[in-house]
Amino acid sequence: MTGNLLEIRDLHKRYGDVEVLKGVDCTMAQGDVISIIGSSGSGKTTMLRCINMLEEFQGGSIRIDGEEIGYETAGGTRRRKKEKEIARQRAMTGMAFQQFNLFPHMSAAENVMLGLVKVKKMSRDEARSVAEKWLDRVGLAERRDRFPGQLSGGQQQRVAIARAIAMNPKLMLFDEVTSALDPELVNEVLQVIKDLARDGMSMLLVTHEMRFAYEVSSRVIFMNQGRIGEEGNPREMFLKPQTERLAEFLKTSTFN
Amino acid sequence: MGYTLNFSAVWRSFDQLLWGLGLSLTLAFVAIAIGCVLGLITAFGLLSKQGALRHPARIYVTIIRNTPILVLVLFTFFALPQLGIRLGKIESFVATLALYSGAYLAEVFRGGLLAVPNGLKEAGLAIGLTQAQIRNSIVMPLMLRNVLPSLSSTLISLFKDTSLAAAIAVPELTFEARKINVETFRVIETWIVASCLYVATCSVLAALLRRLERRMSIPR
Repeated sequence: MTGNLLEIRDLHKRYGDVEVLKGVDCTMAQGDVISIIGSSGSGKTTMLRCINMLEEFQGGSIRIDGEEIGYETAGGTRRRKKEKEIARQRAMTGMAFQQFNLFPHMSAAENVMLGLVKVKKMSRDEARSVAEKWLDRVGLAERRDRFPGQLSGGQQQRVAIARAIAMNPKLMLFDEVTSALDPELVNEVLQVIKDLARDGMSMLLVTHEMRFAYEVSSRVIFMNQGRIGEEGNPREMFLKPQTERLAEFLKTSTFN
Repeated sequence: MGYTLNFSAVWRSFDQLLWGLGLSLTLAFVAIAIGCVLGLITAFGLLSKQGALRHPARIYVTIIRNTPILVLVLFTFFALPQLGIRLGKIESFVATLALYSGAYLAEVFRGGLLAVPNGLKEAGLAIGLTQAQIRNSIVMPLMLRNVLPSLSSTLISLFKDTSLAAAIAVPELTFEARKINVETFRVIETWIVASCLYVATCSVLAALLRRLERRMSIPR
């Protein structure tokens, strides 16, 4: 068994006849911060969503801490694991979404508490104190009793990140978390992610924020037409792209 | 015309009307409670990917919603005994209204379920909730809030449908009113009082539901 936190082998994903992932390999160590960049339709979000089984995949394997995610092979047939088992595996990762997806009928604190109570089986008091700690960490201690509809987009996204992190995942997945935000709200969210990276959180980020990817990542993956087009450390990738596709992609991206 | 309104005969039998109203409310309450459960199960059936669940749900809703409730009431009470299913008149009516409200509520609930964004279910999955936990903690509470405004008119309509129980001599409000009408010949007075009782009850019901809607509204 390797010591890798995440190990993706030959990942294949189809929607009907359209193959969106055509054999993706990727490994990630504890504490790595990897940004996935690429044009839309290149498969970056799909790859992220396979890791926590929000998408099914037809070929290849994903392991977290050596544990095979989502499927098991017995007697030569590949079978989807039981829902309960998949739910347990999903809790190994945390995810923040482009559209925040906060539960609108719950306060910020209740949003964070739900998983702690239902999945981690904490008492409500215990869950509340964990929730308050994390809301404080993302700078929203005083807003804990506000409802999502009473918060700005940036604040909602920070609550969503707190909700995911509070579950103490081994790996955080960020799916274009700033794409739906007004420009002036982007930084407060990126700052929270940077803080988490500094604390050693392992993260996989799909992002269009090139400067941020450059600053925060230990590695960058460029996805192109369902495959990894190029990967390396951000400095080399952004300054000396090896493939024409990446060079072209970077030319059309903005660094601000 | 020369008709002078005289309510005294109706007032003398007023407690009879109140008993009738009590029975009307009981019939509605029991039938709608069963109908809610039936409707909820059917709504999930209607939205199921599995045909084995979806088709029976659709057939149930189609048949019941396209048959006049009076026909259903008469069928259950008069035709079912021929087939060996014998129910008392009250049980027979409650069963009919439950079945009827289940079909209407199924469509209401289905709309409410569809309006819950998929992203919220995914967010639930992502923190490790099971499908059942997502249904109970996220989907159902939001669905309920989505349907409350339209639920109120459906419930009031179902309550008024209890008057059809008079057709099989269940002694609810309409039946009692008809009895008083026949006994006292105060036609106008009797039906005015009965109508007022229906209007008052429905208004209270609507006010209660509006209050519930306000209490459950999400702060924004």
